[in-house]
Amino acid sequence: MSARTILIGAVLVVAVAACGGTEASRQVVVSAASSLVDVFGAIERSFEEAHPDVDVVLNVGASSTLREQILAGAPVDVYASADLANMAAVADAGLVEGRSVVFARNRLQIAVPAGNPARVEGLADLDRAELLLGVCDPAVPCGVLAEQVFAAAGLEPSVDTWEPNVRALLTKLRDGELDAGVVYVTDVVAASGEVEGIDIPVAVTTSYPIAVLTGASEPDLARAFVEWVLSDEGRAVLDRFGFEVP
Amino acid sequence: MTRRVRTRLPWPMAAAAAVGVSLLVAPLIGLLTRVPWAELGTLLTSEVAVDALRISSIASAAAALIAVVVGVPVAWVLARVDFPGRSLLRGLVLLPLVLPPVVGGAALLFTFGRRGLLGEPLHRLTGIVLPFSTGGVILAVTFVSMPFLIVTVEGALRSLDPRYEGAAASLGAGRWTVLRRVTLPMIGPSLASGLILTWARALGEFGATIAFAGNLPGRTQTLPLAIFVQLESDRDAAVALSVVMVAISLAVLVVLRDRWWRAP
Repeated sequence: MSARTILIGAVLVVAVAACGGTEASRQVVVSAASSLVDVFGAIERSFEEAHPDVDVVLNVGASSTLREQILAGAPVDVYASADLANMAAVADAGLVEGRSVVFARNRLQIAVPAGNPARVEGLADLDRAELLLGVCDPAVPCGVLAEQVFAAAGLEPSVDTWEPNVRALLTKLRDGELDAGVVYVTDVVAASGEVEGIDIPVAVTTSYPIAVLTGASEPDLARAFVEWVLSDEGRAVLDRFGFEVP
Repeated sequence: MTRRVRTRLPWPMAAAAAVGVSLLVAPLIGLLTRVPWAELGTLLTSEVAVDALRISSIASAAAALIAVVVGVPVAWVLARVDFPGRSLLRGLVLLPLVLPPVVGGAALLFTFGRRGLLGEPLHRLTGIVLPFSTGGVILAVTFVSMPFLIVTVEGALRSLDPRYEGAAASLGAGRWTVLRRVTLPMIGPSLASGLILTWARALGEFGATIAFAGNLPGRTQTLPLAIFVQLESDRDAAVALSVVMVAISLAVLVVLRDRWWRAP
């Protein structure tokens, strides 16, 4: 293959890629916490059905990763965090338009691979040394929440991996590579049948705030998206995915 | 009469080159402007930093060692043994050079994970679980880095004139002696640079490691993983560790300067 062929090939690939996303004329970029990936995917589809000329671009990651992106000037229209602290950091930097609104709450559950091969029955089992246990890294909201749960229950379990976001943790539970993990109730719902949830009798919940950002390139669309999430329709979708709707 | 030809670069080319250089150099300057020089010592002696340095040193050294023990023979087979399917085999063993590391990590999980193709019998027979262990980190970084050694050594073996080995053999040297006394010394420089490349790649590995071995300080958290996690919780610590990686990378370039820097 000559250099010219390669060059022409590369130009074609870029050109095709650039043409791919031009049906929708306006874009709204939504940075959403990892635990929102499925529910916001559904909300994105219903919003786009109602607004055929709009393309919602979901940027999913750990709330703390998204916070750093926004603080570093990423062009984002809407931010939905899995806790209040990350939203507060963005608001303190003067990047939130008006005030953020809490649109959902979530709780943690112990998740085990289908069939519960390690016979985990409750929080106390997480102390078992031979158990392969995964928890979210304390840098991300589900990790902060898990630490609160452990502290409230007086547990100091030996963790085998601190995963960088809740979905990375869920994947390892689905594959059966970990015996147990602490994830959100909604992740257990999302993994439908591949993991089993075990309730945690500690009342620790996290709140999900959403806000339009001052740097939004499409502020009207961003507001419309937030209103959609807060609408009866949005609440119904959140409920269907296992979130508690305030 | 010789005359020094001064190339006059067409200006669009010069402009494009300037863009290219800034693209590569500006981020380095950007990183250096954020370094908390005063606290560097404290940050680099923190428990997380020391643990990450230790795991990274162990894993990268082990990967380099494994690459020599099994990678050099692979290079030798590819360069010297003629068999059908050799090109295919070369393609397969060099694939990790271009494969996204996170794909490699997923593939390792499906193969060596507790429920994987080989990991399941391994666990059943020996009780060994590779994911979430330092052994898993070594496996992940070796998978990603060993092809660098293979490709370098294979190239050296191919360009080696077989008449040297033939001459040694005709003087009565056995195969093993030829390999030890003629072949290996002649490919020595390539072996060394392949080794350094392999080691450096292993040191910088991120995607395969986090996908396969997870992230636990003191057991599987390497320098790049520590940097990734700390970027969101302790920026200064992350930048301090990044400086270590930059320093090591620069050192690698200095060591390999004869190979890469000196224009022909």
